[in-house]
Amino acid sequence: MILLILFSWQLTSAFAIQRFPKPEFESGYITPETLLPTPRANVLEVMDVAIFLIAMLLVTWAVLNRRSRKLVFWISIFSLAYFGFYREGCVCSIGAIQNVTLALFSGSYAIPWTVLVFFMAPLLFTLAFGRTFCAGVCPFGALQDLIAWFPRKIGPKLNAILGIIPYIYLALAVLYSATETDFIICRYDPFVGIFRINATFSMFLFGGGLLLSGIFIARPYCRFLCPYSVLLNWISRFSRYHLTITPSVCVQCRLCEDACPYEAIEKPVTVKNPKSRRTIVRTFMLIMLLIPFFVLLGGWTGSRLHETLAMVNGKVRMANELVNPETINGEPESIEMTAFKASGKPVSTLYEEASGILHQFYIGGWIVGGFIGLIIGGFLASRLVTRYRTDFEPNRGTCLSCARCTDYCPIKS
Amino acid sequence: MEENSQGKRVDRRVFLHTGVQLAFVAGLGGLTVLVARRAGGEGYVWQLDPAKCTQCGRCATSCVKTPSAVKCVHVYAMCGYCDLCGGYFVPDTKILDTAAEHQLCPTKAIKRTFIEDPFFQYTIDEDLCIGCGKCVKGCHAFGNGSLQLQVRQNLCDNCNECAVARNCPSGAYTRVPADKPYLLNEPGTGNGPPQKTEV
Repeated sequence: MILLILFSWQLTSAFAIQRFPKPEFESGYITPETLLPTPRANVLEVMDVAIFLIAMLLVTWAVLNRRSRKLVFWISIFSLAYFGFYREGCVCSIGAIQNVTLALFSGSYAIPWTVLVFFMAPLLFTLAFGRTFCAGVCPFGALQDLIAWFPRKIGPKLNAILGIIPYIYLALAVLYSATETDFIICRYDPFVGIFRINATFSMFLFGGGLLLSGIFIARPYCRFLCPYSVLLNWISRFSRYHLTITPSVCVQCRLCEDACPYEAIEKPVTVKNPKSRRTIVRTFMLIMLLIPFFVLLGGWTGSRLHETLAMVNGKVRMANELVNPETINGEPESIEMTAFKASGKPVSTLYEEASGILHQFYIGGWIVGGFIGLIIGGFLASRLVTRYRTDFEPNRGTCLSCARCTDYCPIKS
Repeated sequence: MEENSQGKRVDRRVFLHTGVQLAFVAGLGGLTVLVARRAGGEGYVWQLDPAKCTQCGRCATSCVKTPSAVKCVHVYAMCGYCDLCGGYFVPDTKILDTAAEHQLCPTKAIKRTFIEDPFFQYTIDEDLCIGCGKCVKGCHAFGNGSLQLQVRQNLCDNCNECAVARNCPSGAYTRVPADKPYLLNEPGTGNGPPQKTEV
């Protein structure tokens, strides 16, 4: 123990001691400068934002005004090349969720303007025009769109069930960035390795697997994982000018029925099946009971899991290792532990920090769990309600505004 | 009731729609204002504090780039120009030459040049350096600590979440303002050494 203290003392004091004074050279030797290359210029970041906004405008124009799949395709190729392979997928709107959350909850982090624009612009565009961002600006979407060669339908029920995953992902991403633990969206980013052409094996496996499945299930990341899609989905449902399949009237020709690889076209439901007032009241009551029940159940489950969730946090993990040394008995001391001991930070400070973080996770667990419960409850409730429509329409939430269906519609003006 | 409320129902839908739209605008606007109050212009880059660094070697393996964007940086102003350099030679070397088996660096990225008796200059070839920190450890243990690990900002991709930062056992990585992208431990930079508190 004494040895350890002495050793750590030596390590920290190494900075303080100039053991060997700088020699005074007689040969006229000039000490070279330590070169410090600068990061990417801020002007280029501003240019990124400008290109981002121009691409959004262009693709929105191509979708809503030109109604041209071809144009959308070429814009998406550009976005894939620029935001994907040139900018290597970072920073992106999906990941920016975490920066915004961190800026809200952390006292020290100031979000760069560029990141804020990357987060906000697609949301505002979606509120006005639908998810045109997904159609041609997001490099992830563009990459998956390219390889959606043989799209198979998986049915509305499975679609809806898998569609719950993004909500869970979003909730966890917000929880982990609000507690300053981790950016899980970036950590488990499947495609950034492809953009860099350099990835760890697990990332390569995950990204490659997603891409392969994307040949048959179009855009699996966008539909069943992307946490940003949750925000876009909700906002798009209330968008002002959304893409329509037909430019004027639907003639019910059913040509577009199988046009959408993302199963986002809603078929007409015209056969009214009038329900008695009693059934309606009963359904309503059931929904009103169902949702709070699921919220409470989810919240309770989340709060039960808060210690498990918090183990992702480095400080909590360290404190746990100190409290329960027997759990790692026999194994060599972790590098983290060695570093912690070398830092000379008192253990009590660490415990205090860790218990503070645990408390945050307890509250966060309730919120995250309640939110997921609400989503599951809402999903079940939506099964109980029938919506009537007369025409073939894109589902405003899940439609990615890729403009494929417009080519199928025989009405051209 | 069904017939005469047909027109009204459409109106109600439009009304609700507009209401939600306005709520979204207000919500997004409010969020922007909340976040923008803390927005900083220049942005951040990742950097490690050499004073916290324990030279664990993860900088070489955790970075998403191969080789790592973390390199050994030589602060010449701190160097003692020793003949027996703790960062250059493996411990217990008797013969002080440039033979590969005597060098600590696994990629032979440190160049040793004679200046005048008995001083030698040590230069890092950053194309070869993998950022393992072996020389840094040696220099800190036996020398002045002039060899330090730093994120080279011209090489760094500036990922939204730095993979090395996540794996750093000593929490040496932080986001630093992009206009001050280095945290070198230099004499007279204000990045002074940590003060020893107790033994």
